[in-house]
Amino acid sequence: MVESPVVQGLRAYVLIVGMWIRSTMAYRTSFALTVLGNFLVTGLDFVAIMIMFWHTDVLGGFAVAEVALLYGTASASLGLADLTMGSASRLGRRVRDGTLDTLLVRPVPVIAQVAADRFALRRLGRVSQALLVLVWALSSLEVAWTPVKALLLPVTVLSGAAIFGALMVAGAGFQFLAQDAAEVQNSFTYGGNTMLQYPPTIFAKDLVRGVTFIVPLAFVNWLPALRILDRQDPLGLPGWLDFAGPVVAVGCCFLAGLAWRAGLRSYRSTGS
Amino acid sequence: MTEAFIELDGVEKVFEVRRRSGRRLRRERCTVRAVDGISFAVPRGEMVGYIGPNGAGKSTTIKMLTGILTPSGGRLRVAGIDPSRERTRLARRIGVVFGQRTTLWWDLPLRDSYALVRRIYGIPEARYRANLERCVELLDLGALLGVPVRQLSLGQRMRGDIAAALLHDPEVLYLDEPTIGLDVVSKARVRRFLREVNSEQGTTVVLTTHDLTDIEQLCRRVMVIDHGRLVYDGGLDGLHAVGESERTLVVDLERELPPIAGVPGARTVRVDGPRQWLAFPAAASAAPIVSAVADRYPLVDLSLREPAIEDVIARMLESGEGRRSAVP
Repeated sequence: MVESPVVQGLRAYVLIVGMWIRSTMAYRTSFALTVLGNFLVTGLDFVAIMIMFWHTDVLGGFAVAEVALLYGTASASLGLADLTMGSASRLGRRVRDGTLDTLLVRPVPVIAQVAADRFALRRLGRVSQALLVLVWALSSLEVAWTPVKALLLPVTVLSGAAIFGALMVAGAGFQFLAQDAAEVQNSFTYGGNTMLQYPPTIFAKDLVRGVTFIVPLAFVNWLPALRILDRQDPLGLPGWLDFAGPVVAVGCCFLAGLAWRAGLRSYRSTGS
Repeated sequence: MTEAFIELDGVEKVFEVRRRSGRRLRRERCTVRAVDGISFAVPRGEMVGYIGPNGAGKSTTIKMLTGILTPSGGRLRVAGIDPSRERTRLARRIGVVFGQRTTLWWDLPLRDSYALVRRIYGIPEARYRANLERCVELLDLGALLGVPVRQLSLGQRMRGDIAAALLHDPEVLYLDEPTIGLDVVSKARVRRFLREVNSEQGTTVVLTTHDLTDIEQLCRRVMVIDHGRLVYDGGLDGLHAVGESERTLVVDLERELPPIAGVPGARTVRVDGPRQWLAFPAAASAAPIVSAVADRYPLVDLSLREPAIEDVIARMLESGEGRRSAVP
């Protein structure tokens, strides 16, 4: 009986994640403190946004609750991606110290093992903080809800997570060649997240174009959130693009898969 | 001839490295032939030692045999599988122990690491239990199963790692420096276990090591690699012949005498009071030399010293280039 690599990979992922959670629980107090720390530290950048709104009522034409919607969706997406795939960015270290080899001799896909490696439940801190902000935003906003909009919101968070996750995997693939490249990838994921927490109207149009068509971060939350808020996007793009998040996410995952395979292949022929 | 289980035919591995040169931070490309055309075959059930100095290409060969690295040239098959193309499929049939990198879970009891292996490899419950029981008994792991791995000694952890590599009944076991850093007792236990696995289960074993006692006690066949080339492939005794090694006859005479002379095939290499040392080729018989000495000298006692295998290999590698053609 031969299972598909996807099923095998998912099963291995879950098993390894379980091992790491139990390892973490060997140090319960330390775990509780890091979750709390994570929650507070990620909360700080929302505090920064609140402070800004003490001095102004609107930012780029957006009210505080609207910015909170952007913040909550972007941060929840990044948090989910970081929780499930973030460990892949440690790949460079494994390449350098040679422990990647021990993963290559197991009968399960390497990406599943790498993504589950040192799985850190403390990253739930960011997710829960983002969801709190999101709940607050939704309760303060006066949105004309329709079934389409209500569905668009969770779909947006999930496809946003997939886009961030794809960036992390692609970044990991690149680390086969350059082991210290984690920072480049961080500038797209963490840096991108910080940008997406603010309204697109405050950024230069070329930057908005760049994150729409080159690194498609605008699909993480900007475009769908503008639809929920009944606003026009600064580039005047066709309206159906607001719903393109899942398609973009699938495309990103596909490209990330290619980048990962290319990276792994180059490792196996250079052994660097 | 027995069917070859591991087969290498002119296998090469060339790395391209960039090196800074000169003052202008210009980087020069150059190639390193880590494995430079190696051919050998290992039949199923054999236990072979793979030795050579650091950087000779041992680990690179093991990595190609496990599918971690893709060869740059030549043909390579393990159990009929091309390792680099079907790495994941091969992984179910091989066990690997990297002496210096544990695969056990640091903060969890040893038992948990084994449970993960069982589920990752999908080992049937009954088989898993039987294998674990055998490993626990032979490697004396019983008291350690509930202990977090971080609290194990190096020797205990190595035994734990070897057991982890065998739970899925691999047909071949690769061990990269399995006794490195272990004390004498742990080494002996590991060796006894490997002999057992090889003879009882018929597991093919490929072993790299710096500890030549491992080879002497475990392997009938030894392969020596240097600068990416196989410089010797054969039995341990043959190694002595190729290495031009000598045995030493130590004789205690009744009194101090001038150096013993006129014994055909032997020469006196050292005199210390009534004791004298005679060297002769390792392949030659000691009997005629002993009787020649006993006939003409007042002999009190004698002993025979075998050549140290370290010296044999060192001599063989020193004599380098010329001997490369000596590979059968």
